[in-house]
Amino acid sequence: MSFGQLGYDVAHLLGGGVLLLSFVLLYQRRIGAVINAFATQGTLLALAAAWQAHAQGAPGLYLTAVLAFAAKGVLIPLALHAIVRRLDLHRSVETALGVGLSMTAGVALVGLSILVVLPATEGARALAREDVALALSVVLLGMLMMITRRNAISQVIGLLSLENGLILAAIGVAGMPLVVELSTAALVLMVAVVAGVFAFQIRERFDTLDTGSLEEHRGEGR
Amino acid sequence: MLTLLLLATGSLLALAVAAPVLARHEAGGRAVFGGCAAASLLIAMGAIGGLLGSPEAADLPFGPPWGPARVAIDALSAWFLLILGLAGTAASIFALGSLHGPEAPRRLVPYPLFLAGMAVTLLAADGFTLLLGFEAMSLASWVLVAHDHEEEANRRAARIYLGFAGFGGLSLILAFGMLAGGAGDVAFAALREAPPDGWRAALVLALVLAGAGSKAGLAPLHVWLPLAHPAAPSHVSALMSGAMTKVALYVLARFAFDLMGTAQPLWLGAPLVALGAASAVIGALRANLEDDIKTLLACSTIENVGLISIGLGLALAFRGADLPALAALAAGAALLHALNHAVFKTLLFLAAGEVLHGALSRRIDRLGGLIHRMPVTAWAALAGVAAAASLPPLSGFASEWLLLQALLASWRVGDLAFQMGAAAATALAALAAALAAAAMVRFWGLVFLGRPRTPRAAGAEEGGRLVQAALILPAGLTVLFGLLPGLMLDLAEPALRLMTRAAAPRAGFVAIGAAEGGARYWPLLVALLLAAAIGAVVWAVRRRAPTGVARGPIWDCGFIAAPHHLPFGDPSTQPTASGFGQPLRRMLGTSLLVAREGVTMPPPGATGPAILHSGFDDPALVALEGPVPRWRDAAAAQAERLRDLSIRQCLGLTFGAVVLMLALLAWLEAR
Repeated sequence: MSFGQLGYDVAHLLGGGVLLLSFVLLYQRRIGAVINAFATQGTLLALAAAWQAHAQGAPGLYLTAVLAFAAKGVLIPLALHAIVRRLDLHRSVETALGVGLSMTAGVALVGLSILVVLPATEGARALAREDVALALSVVLLGMLMMITRRNAISQVIGLLSLENGLILAAIGVAGMPLVVELSTAALVLMVAVVAGVFAFQIRERFDTLDTGSLEEHRGEGR
Repeated sequence: MLTLLLLATGSLLALAVAAPVLARHEAGGRAVFGGCAAASLLIAMGAIGGLLGSPEAADLPFGPPWGPARVAIDALSAWFLLILGLAGTAASIFALGSLHGPEAPRRLVPYPLFLAGMAVTLLAADGFTLLLGFEAMSLASWVLVAHDHEEEANRRAARIYLGFAGFGGLSLILAFGMLAGGAGDVAFAALREAPPDGWRAALVLALVLAGAGSKAGLAPLHVWLPLAHPAAPSHVSALMSGAMTKVALYVLARFAFDLMGTAQPLWLGAPLVALGAASAVIGALRANLEDDIKTLLACSTIENVGLISIGLGLALAFRGADLPALAALAAGAALLHALNHAVFKTLLFLAAGEVLHGALSRRIDRLGGLIHRMPVTAWAALAGVAAAASLPPLSGFASEWLLLQALLASWRVGDLAFQMGAAAATALAALAAALAAAAMVRFWGLVFLGRPRTPRAAGAEEGGRLVQAALILPAGLTVLFGLLPGLMLDLAEPALRLMTRAAAPRAGFVAIGAAEGGARYWPLLVALLLAAAIGAVVWAVRRRAPTGVARGPIWDCGFIAAPHHLPFGDPSTQPTASGFGQPLRRMLGTSLLVAREGVTMPPPGATGPAILHSGFDDPALVALEGPVPRWRDAAAAQAERLRDLSIRQCLGLTFGAVVLMLALLAWLEAR
């Protein structure tokens, strides 16, 4: 497959969509919108997996697609929305990095990952190369989101979108065993559950979800 | 032969695995030490076979993930295996003989592991296997050094030893990395293909000197030796001094003579000669000042390692100057001295262990007069002491004579700076030999002669038959190697060919020579002359003595007659260990060892005694214990500040590190 062929272009388009939504996640300030963007990213990821399953002729990837859609497109966003409602965070606006600054940083990270991946994967298929570059960018943007946000929920979303990047890399490589993706998906669910419990606990004790407030209580016992 | 050696090594490993189970039984310790003695004997026999036969190599069916573990035996490793086998046999028999009742597993398990680690290091034919053996040797001996960890001094010794072992291992890993370069293949055959040159060769040599040199006890990285040897059980000290330092020197020789190629310049030997001369003098001087017999012997080991290192350095320099015959002479001196020192130092440490066992002390000031109570130990130790003092016709003289011949021939290297340095090294080596003789006189004289200084020393008892056998075996070898140095040099010839592409000058089985037609040394003749001279003196004295001699009280050098409440006399009328060392401490110690001396006088009118304080510090240890802990504390204080970072800052650190690594990767790829 190369540029101009349908399989390549669609895969490229879907991967690019996932990356684009990472940018959206980076600058979006309202928590509800962040969750929605994350749900969209999950859905796009599921589509990308399904397309790869079709293009590679690997039926196992359909399972990945279904799992990704169910977990990331539906279940986790619904759960997050529920948490937000329970904690009454609808209208809260988060001060993150400025739009311009976060966009610049994001573009720089994408550039860096392209600089790293393209020379390193010389000889591999063009699609796999660009797929890995896109995935690395998504991972880096997820990390950036985790350190620029203060709200525990958006930090969790950063972690989950980082994991989306890992899945994106895994589906782009032909012959990756299914068990890797299954165990990653299970891990993500666990992370989401633990994070939800933590968010409730933090809120209950400190009456805020700003993780900065934890600093004052560092080292305290029960 | 390789199969035999691998079998012996494998059985040592099996013994280490079985030791925890065996330790539960009464005879378990006997089985382990007996097995170790048998395996060591096998190693010695296999080594002789390896020296007489041709090189062999094999790939083991297991190894690191990227390939098989390679083992090989050639003349150089066979020579050092012979050293290991002889020292291991004597030490294991001693351990077997001094075993009373069940032995704790932590003293039983590491011992075969220690022996096996050394054997693996010597048999290795790739960097990974060598490092594996080297580290096993370090760790096992560390456990043995720390066996008596209830005492603070032993814990400190073990801590410093572990620090040095880690440092040495790290340096060797870096050395292999530098040598392998980008290819990353650390098999010896591959390393020989691409010898380093220029600054890379210098860096590799510096790393090997730091790694193997710190294990061997080359100054200034010798400070762990006098601390660790007294802390370990005596048979382990014997192995550490006799075999482990030689294994480290083998690593040094393997790198310098084999892996780094033959086309190395003259100056590559210079650091070895300089560090060797410094170690020899510092070690011999400290041996004159220590009053713990095992510390004293450890310092003497530093001296001898220094002498061997001078020999190796000279051989490197001669090879670089294209003087192969002289290179073979210097390398022969080094190899011969390594063997001789291994044998007599094993003997002396075992004798020290027997003294400790019999008289319950390592301090010279609590011993004395042991020749009456422990004659076998005393006479065996005398053989070792005379060899260490390089007296003809014992083994130490032959090898040190060869070394001095090589040093005296170093004017034939054209470089003026090297000639000057070699002249200085000659003077230092001669000084070290003289100091070592003084130290050995002090050791043997104060421990075995005179009158007991404590009741415990007066009641000392000789060990069992096995212990005596363990002392007589190396004592006999010391005499034998002394009388037949030519035979041993012939045995070492394949190793010399491997190192220098030339054979040492031959002078027959019973003699050694500096060059064809040059100076010769016939030990048998010297022994006969000495025996004849002594016999003549005895005969003359007997002859001249008037008949009907009446034995009267001998002049007792001013000892007071022993009062009945002090049945052994007043110990303070005998010279003390520090008193014996005082002239040397004042002459050389003040400049080299920061020796100090001061008198605390009682105030006028008071009746208290005046007290003389004297002592010394090894500058290397002072330097090590001064700044290094300070740096560590400073680094810890900086690291402590990381604890105050918030979650986001911690994540930011990780993120920054990832981005930095990626940027580095991108930069490297772009080049």
